[in-house]
Amino acid sequence: MWIYDKKLEYPVKIKTRNPRMAKYIITQYGGPDGELAASLRYLSQRFSMPTKEAKAILNDIGTEELAHLEIVGTMVHQLTQGVPAEIMEREGLGDYYSDHDHAVYPLSAAGNPFTAAYIQSKGDPIADLYEDLAAEQKARATYENLINLADDPDVIDPLRFLREREIVHFQRFGEALRIVQDRLAQKAFYVKKPDFMGK
Amino acid sequence: MDMNREKLLRELMAADFAVIDMNLYLDTHPNDQRAILIYNVLVQRAKMLRDNYERLYGPLTPMTPSKCPFEWINEPWPWQRHYSPFAL
Repeated sequence: MWIYDKKLEYPVKIKTRNPRMAKYIITQYGGPDGELAASLRYLSQRFSMPTKEAKAILNDIGTEELAHLEIVGTMVHQLTQGVPAEIMEREGLGDYYSDHDHAVYPLSAAGNPFTAAYIQSKGDPIADLYEDLAAEQKARATYENLINLADDPDVIDPLRFLREREIVHFQRFGEALRIVQDRLAQKAFYVKKPDFMGK
Repeated sequence: MDMNREKLLRELMAADFAVIDMNLYLDTHPNDQRAILIYNVLVQRAKMLRDNYERLYGPLTPMTPSKCPFEWINEPWPWQRHYSPFAL
């Protein structure tokens, strides 16, 4: 279970609204390499992890990604709050405004709504952990693209924090992968055949 | 949000983040005795800052005793512009 903590993991206080930047940043809310996909991926994969280290790291990084989802949603909210319809349209958010007004909705920068097709949960811990390593690198690259598009320090600062977390998560997943590989390489004695054999 | 509240909240955010980061490290290094020592100190400090903040400014989780009316619903929420301390 989860209990809400009434604070952000990292502060967001954007003084200048910028709907165009919100249109780009929202991709980390509901896009292919975004925080919603990350959280859902890890929290789903944790059920089939074989070691206590791997269960714990997927559980805890999956939880931290929910805090990142909140940071990104907060940025989009603060960048668009109260911006008039004609400015939303001029800055490229006419389509978004039509369906969502100033609400926060999970979609990619190109406007594709969130889909669980962005993630996999394979039941094979090696396959899952390699996906997770790739996911962290893709998210890091996306944050770098967003930092390149931004010019406001109030926006760049939380983006830099989120980028750094992708690097830490990549490191931790790499360690979990090594632990799982070592475990699977250990000599095992079976009282019956493992279920992938003899079919 | 007044200056003192911002300052105390910001200290708590930093302290909690240190716990989160150390937690992830320990997930994959559960036998690192020195890191567990550091973790325990960080947890103590975060708990102290949290208790102090909640005593002055109300609940951070909906598991804190409340006066009437129910204090949990009080604004601001973290996404509101006037909530967070200024970013670094």
